[in-house]
Amino acid sequence: MTADSTPALVKQADADTDGPAPAGPPAARSPRARDTKAYLRYVAAKILGAAVSLFAVLVTSFFLFRLIPSDPVKQMTGGRRVSSEQLESLRHQFGLDQPMWKQFTSYVGDALTGDFGTSYQFHAPVMDKIVEALPATLLLTGTAYVLYSALGLWLGTRTAWRNGSTSDRFNTALALTLYSVPSFWLGLLLIIVFAVGIGPIPGMFPTGGLESGNETGFAYVLDVAHHMVLPVITLVAVGYAQTLLVMRSSLLDEMGSDYLTTARAKGLRDDSVRRKHAVPNAMLPTFTLMFVNLGHVVAGQILVETVFSWPGLGGLFYQGLSVPDLPLVQGLFFVFATAVILANTLADVLYPLLDPRVGR
Amino acid sequence: MVERVPPHAAQPRSRLRILLASGAAALGLAAASVVPGVPLGAASPQQAQAADSGKSTLTVAVAQSVDSLSPFLAQKLLSTSVSRLMYDFLTNYDVKDNHAIPGLATKWEPSADKLTWTYTIRSDSKWSDGQQATAEDAAWTFNKIMTDEAAAQSNGSFVTNFKKVTAPSPTKLVIELKEPQATMAALDVPIVPKHVWEKVGDFSKFNNDTKFPIVGNGPFILTDYKVDQYVKLKANKDFWRGSPKFDEVVFKTYKDQDAAVAALRKGEVSFVAGSPALTPAQAASLKGEKNVKVNEGPGRRFFALATNPGAQTKDGKKFGNGNKALLDQKVRQALFLSIDRDTLIDKVFQGHAVNGAGYIPPRFPAYKWEPSASQKLGYGPAKAAKLLDQAGYKLKGDQRVGKDGKPLDLRILCHATDPNDKAIGKYLKEWWGKLGIGLKVDCLDDVSVPWYAGEYDLAFDGWSVNPDPDFVLGIHTCAALPVKAKASAATDNFICDKTYDELYKKQLAEYDPAKRADIVKQMQSWLYDSGYMNVIAYPNAVEAYRTDQIKSISTMPEAAGNIYGQDGYWSWWSAVPAGSGDGTDNDSGSGSTGIVIGIVVVVVVLAGGGFLLMRRRRTTADDRE
Repeated sequence: MTADSTPALVKQADADTDGPAPAGPPAARSPRARDTKAYLRYVAAKILGAAVSLFAVLVTSFFLFRLIPSDPVKQMTGGRRVSSEQLESLRHQFGLDQPMWKQFTSYVGDALTGDFGTSYQFHAPVMDKIVEALPATLLLTGTAYVLYSALGLWLGTRTAWRNGSTSDRFNTALALTLYSVPSFWLGLLLIIVFAVGIGPIPGMFPTGGLESGNETGFAYVLDVAHHMVLPVITLVAVGYAQTLLVMRSSLLDEMGSDYLTTARAKGLRDDSVRRKHAVPNAMLPTFTLMFVNLGHVVAGQILVETVFSWPGLGGLFYQGLSVPDLPLVQGLFFVFATAVILANTLADVLYPLLDPRVGR
Repeated sequence: MVERVPPHAAQPRSRLRILLASGAAALGLAAASVVPGVPLGAASPQQAQAADSGKSTLTVAVAQSVDSLSPFLAQKLLSTSVSRLMYDFLTNYDVKDNHAIPGLATKWEPSADKLTWTYTIRSDSKWSDGQQATAEDAAWTFNKIMTDEAAAQSNGSFVTNFKKVTAPSPTKLVIELKEPQATMAALDVPIVPKHVWEKVGDFSKFNNDTKFPIVGNGPFILTDYKVDQYVKLKANKDFWRGSPKFDEVVFKTYKDQDAAVAALRKGEVSFVAGSPALTPAQAASLKGEKNVKVNEGPGRRFFALATNPGAQTKDGKKFGNGNKALLDQKVRQALFLSIDRDTLIDKVFQGHAVNGAGYIPPRFPAYKWEPSASQKLGYGPAKAAKLLDQAGYKLKGDQRVGKDGKPLDLRILCHATDPNDKAIGKYLKEWWGKLGIGLKVDCLDDVSVPWYAGEYDLAFDGWSVNPDPDFVLGIHTCAALPVKAKASAATDNFICDKTYDELYKKQLAEYDPAKRADIVKQMQSWLYDSGYMNVIAYPNAVEAYRTDQIKSISTMPEAAGNIYGQDGYWSWWSAVPAGSGDGTDNDSGSGSTGIVIGIVVVVVVLAGGGFLLMRRRRTTADDRE
C-alpha cells in the first residue's frame, strides 16, 4: 500500500465522525449504511463465486481422474489369483461397468449429499477415510504453517528494514536456497543427520510415523511432538521463504513513503515506526499469501508426509492415485479444493475490513 | 500530509506476538521431547519396551498400507501376510522345499473318482477366545465364499471348482469338486471362526478392525492396528505348532524405502525388505554396517519380455495394434538372441539376480525347467541377423526393412516406477539398434490400460510365483482371455493355444506330483519355444535385519531363501530374539549426548525468548517516555 490510500481512509474516518449525509432524498442512506450494504453485496458475490467454483470442482474431479490411463480393478488385484468372473464381479460392484453418464449423475447426486462413495481399496466410506487422516495432516501442516508464517513475517520485516545489510543478504539467500530445495530430499537429509545420527550428532528423533504406539496420556503428547520435530522443520525450512520474500518486498515498497518520514519527524523511535506504521500497511499482500497457504494446510504435503510416513491426507491421496481409487481421489480432490476455495473466500471477505478500498 | 496512525496498530503487533509465541512454544515442545523422561529416538522400540515390560518385539518396516484386515477382502501382500499370522490354513508349505504339510488339517486325501476330498481337522487348535476350532469353521468359511459375492473378493478363485463343502463331524471336512483339481493342498484360504463371523452383516464393508484382540488361531493374535501406522500382533502361546519366540511382532509403516533403511540402521526397526528387493545401493550401504545382516535369497519372481501375439477376446475377436512382424517366430527369436543377459545381470541388477530361462523360478525345484542345448536361445547377434534375413527383414543402410518397404520399428511397454525396466530398455535400444531394429520405450506409471487394449508390441513382464504353479500357468490359457475387447481379464498377454490349454488341463487333473511336474515342465518348454515369452532373469530377494535384535530367523527355502513374503508364517514364527546387552551401549551413549543437546536447545530457546521479551518491554517503555 502507498500513501495514495490515505485520502480514502481519511474520508472514511471523516464520514464516520461527521454523522449522516447532509442532503438527499428521504430514502437516502448514510454512508455507513451504504458501505455496509456494499460490503454485504460484495460478500454475497464472493460466496456465490465460491459455490460456483465448488460445483465446477465437483464436475472436474469426476472427469479429471478418469483421464488417468489405468484400470482400478486390475491394479487392485494385480499379482493375485483372480478369475475373469471375479474381475467382472468387482467391476460391477464398483459400478465401473455402468455408462459414463450414469456414473457421473450418481456421483454428483451423492456428492451433493456429502456421500463420496466407498473406497475401492479400503472398503470404507471415503469421508470416513478423510476424517480419519485429517487430524494428522492438520497437526503437522498446521503447526508448520504457524511457524513458517511467523518466521517468514519476522525475518521478512527484519531483512527489509535492514535492506542491503549483511544479514539481509544472508537471510534472503538462505531463504531462496531452502525454497529451492526439494522437500523430500531435505527430509531424508534430516533423517540421516538427526534421526539416525552422523559423526558426533546422535540420532535424536524418530525416523518416521506419528507415534511410537506405546505411550498414553501426556507421554503420548510428548511422543507425538517428538515425532513432529523433523517433518515440521522440513516444512518450515522450505516454506518460510515465500512469506519472507513477500513481506520483504512489500515492506520495501512502503519504506520510501512520506508518512514514514512524518512519523520519524515526530520523533518516534525507528522500531515504533516499523511496527506501528510500516508493517501494518505492508501486511496486506502477506495476508493474502497466508490465506492461500492456509487453504493448503488441509491438502497436506504429499512428499513430506511420504518421507516421514505421516498418516495424513497427503499420503492417502498418493495411495488413492496409485490404484487409482476413484471415489477416494475424487473425494480428496474435492476436500482439498474446498479448503483452498474457502480460505480464499475468507480472505476476500476479511480483506475489506483491513483495506477499505476493496469491496466498494 | 496527515499522518495515518493505523486504527488497529496494536492488533497486528499482538497477532505477530501470538504467532511468535506459538512458534516458540512449538519449538520448546519439540526441544522438550529430547529431555530426560521422554524416549529418545536412538533407543529402538524393542529396547524401550524391554525396559518397560520385558517384552521382546520384532518390528518389521513395511511399505504397504493394510487395505483390509478381513481375509475375505484383503488383496495386498501385507494384509494377506497378516491373515497368515492370524488364522490357520488347512495346509501349509514346508519351509525346506515348499511341499504341502499339515496346517489346520492333519491329512487330506481324494476319493477314487478324484472328485471328493476329505480333510482331517486337528483337535488341538483353539480360537483365542477359548473355543475349539473345528471342521464346521472351515466348512462355513468356504460356503460363505461360495455363496456370498461380497465374501469372494479375495479368495473366490479357490472355490470356483467346488460343488459342495460339508463338515460331517468336528474333525472331518469334505469338499466335493466339479472337476478333478490337483491344487487341493494349496488352498491358501484363511479359516475364520464361524461363531464370530456369522454375526457379520455386510461382508463387503466389514474390515475386521474394530474390536481388538481379533479372535484367531494362528501363531499370532492381532492386538492393535492404526491406519498407516502399525499392526501389532502378540504371540499365541497356545498355538498348536508351538509359541513364537518373540512376544510381539509389529509391522510399522514406512512409505519411503530410504527412510525404512535409515530406521534399520538406527535400530528403530528389526527388519526391512524391499518392494520387492532393496536396491543395490541400499544393500551395499548396509553390508558394512555393524549389527546388520543383509540377506539375499533366490527370488520368487521372474523378469521377462513378452510380445503381443495378437490381442483377442474369448470368442476370437481381434483388437489392438501389435506389430505383425512379431507374429513371425523367427523375428521373436532374433530379438531374444540379441540380448546379452550376463551384461544385464551384471550392470542392471548388479549381481542381485540369476540368469533366466524357464517360467518357474528355480526356487521351486520340483517345477524347475531348463532348455536343452539345442533348444537354448543364447546370446548370438550374428545368428539373430541371419534369422531376420530369413524372415524377410533385410538390412538397408542401418535399418531392417520388410518386404513392404517399411522399417522394423517396435514399441516396448515399461513400468515408469521400475528403474530396471528403464535401464534394460536402453540396452535393448542399443542391441536391437545394431540389428537395424528401431525401439521406442514407452514408460508409464500404469501399463495395464495399453496392455489390456493390446496396444503394444513388447512389454516388460514379471510375476511372483506361488509354490503351486497353477495360477501363473493359468494366465496363458484361452479361458483367461477377456470377454470384451480392452476389458480387464485374467490373461497376461493374450496367449491362446490348443496344445498349451490341453497341457494345462492335464496338469490340473493330475494327482501324482511327479507326473504333474513333468507336464508343468512341458508347458514351460512350449512357452519358451513359442517365443511369446522370454524369461531374462530371476531377481533375488534382498532384505536386511538387525542381528542385535534378531538372533536367528528362518529363510524359505531354509538353506538360502528369503524372509519377507514367505509362503507360510515361518520367518516370524521362528525368529529368536537376540540377548539383551549387545548393541545397547551405543544407544545409551548417543542417548546421553542427545539429552545434552536437548538441554542446550531448551536453554537457547528459553534464553532467546527471554531476550526478545526484555527487548520488547524496554521498547514499550521507551515509547511511553
